[in-house]
Amino acid sequence: MSAKDKSGKPKKLSTDLAVNGTLLLIVIIWTLPIVGLLVSSFRNRFDIQTSGWWTVFPHKEFKMVEEFPIPEGLDRNGVMDIRGATGTFEEFREGITSPEGQLLVWVGNKRLGVIQVQENVWVTNPNFTLDNYKEVLGGQEFEFKQPDGSVTKVKGNNLTRAFLNSLAVAIPATVIPILIAAFAAYGFAWMRFPGRKVLFVGVVALLVVPLQIALVPILRDYVALNLNGTFMGVWLAHTGFGLALATYLLYGYISTLPREILESAFIDGASHFTIFIRLVLPLSIPALASFAIFQFLWVWNDYLIALIFIGAKPDVQVLTMRIAELVGSRGNDWHLLTSAAFIAMALPLLVFFALQRYFVRGLMAGSVKG
Amino acid sequence: MGEMMDMRTKSRGFLDSLVSLIGRIVIALFVPTVTFIVLWQGFIFLRDSNAPQWLVVIVAIIWGVGGVAALYFVANWLVEKLSPDWVRRLQPFVFVGPAVAILFWYLALPALRTLYLSLRSANSSQFVGLRNYIEVFTNRVMLEAFRNNLMWILVGATLSVVLGLLVAYLADKSRFETFAKAMIFLPMAISMVGAGVIWNFMYEVKDTASAQIGLFNAIWVGLGGQPQAWTATLQPWNNLFLILIMVWLQTGYAMVIFSAAIKGVPVEILEAAQVDGATEGQVFFKILIPSIVPVIITVGTTVIIFTLKIFDVVWVMTGGQFSTQVIATQFYRELFTANNAGYGSTIAIILLIAVIPVMIYNLRQFREQEAF
Repeated sequence: MSAKDKSGKPKKLSTDLAVNGTLLLIVIIWTLPIVGLLVSSFRNRFDIQTSGWWTVFPHKEFKMVEEFPIPEGLDRNGVMDIRGATGTFEEFREGITSPEGQLLVWVGNKRLGVIQVQENVWVTNPNFTLDNYKEVLGGQEFEFKQPDGSVTKVKGNNLTRAFLNSLAVAIPATVIPILIAAFAAYGFAWMRFPGRKVLFVGVVALLVVPLQIALVPILRDYVALNLNGTFMGVWLAHTGFGLALATYLLYGYISTLPREILESAFIDGASHFTIFIRLVLPLSIPALASFAIFQFLWVWNDYLIALIFIGAKPDVQVLTMRIAELVGSRGNDWHLLTSAAFIAMALPLLVFFALQRYFVRGLMAGSVKG
Repeated sequence: MGEMMDMRTKSRGFLDSLVSLIGRIVIALFVPTVTFIVLWQGFIFLRDSNAPQWLVVIVAIIWGVGGVAALYFVANWLVEKLSPDWVRRLQPFVFVGPAVAILFWYLALPALRTLYLSLRSANSSQFVGLRNYIEVFTNRVMLEAFRNNLMWILVGATLSVVLGLLVAYLADKSRFETFAKAMIFLPMAISMVGAGVIWNFMYEVKDTASAQIGLFNAIWVGLGGQPQAWTATLQPWNNLFLILIMVWLQTGYAMVIFSAAIKGVPVEILEAAQVDGATEGQVFFKILIPSIVPVIITVGTTVIIFTLKIFDVVWVMTGGQFSTQVIATQFYRELFTANNAGYGSTIAIILLIAVIPVMIYNLRQFREQEAF
């Protein structure tokens, strides 16, 4: 049907509007949360707490334009006439619109109050700053100005360290399982050995096994081996939990490589190892890339495995752990949370936009992950 | 070296081959030993060093990636030193062995070990039979977790699949297909912890006197309501506000797969139906949906499995409080807060049992499609 629409055949305008309108609505709803986060992360810490992030966009708001004392000689207990607006004290407290369209509000008590004149005007509230990012990324003291002008010092959150740790976890935890899986996929596809079928059926069976099943025993092994809180422990865990899918997917690709290419290499006397390194790996790059992106995002975004195998060691903690910790300890400091969350999102979003095609392909290939 | 040359000139034959054999063995031992020592030193450096962090990170990446590659090279190099017969016999295990070993250590064996632990007491010291299972299925908090998980699956998985299908269908008819799909898909790149922050902010509640900074409450108050703590009050409906986050994350996944499936439906069939006077709705429900049923089942299964194990979102949003606990958060709580390995393992086994039908389905599919 897409072919029909896009080939420009005449089409009902109303259908077109309904389709695009609904789609637009869903897209807006879907992106609003991210826009809110992004906008807020650049707002001043006091603004975030006192007004919604949407107020940075142009909107109409009552702003005070002048203030004057209560005119003399009014019956403050009865109905008063101030600049053409009439009402009692209570009504003025709520605000009364004058004939000129201004809002008159009685501020203060009955005896000593003043009248504020407010006008409904277009305002924007674009008071952007990079301070939030400086504060969450920095490890040193961070200074900021209170609204009254005084300066307060706080300690930064040092997310830079967590960011680097996330890299140190995610890159090897992406490459290692792919390498191991590629070797295994080649072995299953192009080598003959006893137990081949049984072992591969095992791989398929393990595809959907939930990783929760492994956490207790593996944690005990790690404590015994002193692997807890080390990068290697986390890499191995991610390898173990990602390997079944990786092997399965890469097998699907590598086993369909044309037989003639490999056979002619054999006849030339190349060993399996040479063929694998020189021929199969380069030919499999599309499949490797798809899975690499998938695995990278999965590892980068992982929280549970890091939580269990890294634990409370602050010098190896990854971003997701630090952010979850911030949610717990600084749950209302939105200037920190929004910028921290955006720092954690930045790399995946970059990968996503740059390599969307590969990502989608990897996703489609591997539907069921344990 | 000079000595060797000496000997070789004196007596060829037996001594010669002996020396070369010893030499080969020495080299064969030397290379793996050096590799091992280098890797071990790397490990010690990473564990104990006080070097600047960027250096540690770079070393870690090189060590981790390079180390694995090096191990393969060395193992293969060793095997290829053997006679061709042995190469043929052993080389497959160099290729397949590490993967099989890791899968065995990390998934297959733990399943059995967890099963064993689930039959033992909290500190695993004594055998308790099925008592953990009985307790898990009678405990009020656990039953609530099961109920919540069911709600996650019924509402969350259904909504993701339905919305995914709807968006895929609409996008297919729209001129802004690529853009719309990218935007709906975007949350897939975000961690659940990040999504937790985003949605915590959406649900933020302030007292009546202050301006609402959370979008939900701003709209709600604007419509004349009282500010609500969406994820805490209104139990058990607060779960729905957590489920919404999962829908937000997973709809993109369903959409992408459905979109590909819809494009796979032959245009002629759909056009023929329209020529015969079928309405849009009829084409959608009577032709399109039936022809992508297998895909719907696959997507549904994947989303259900994902939902079954949901943890991060709940953990970050509510910590499982306010009756929002699910199976995976109870698993964590029993294991690490209550230190009850017996209970924790039992919950893990229940999760495993829940996915066994899918496992069997996968194996059957595999046997059917593959002339392995």
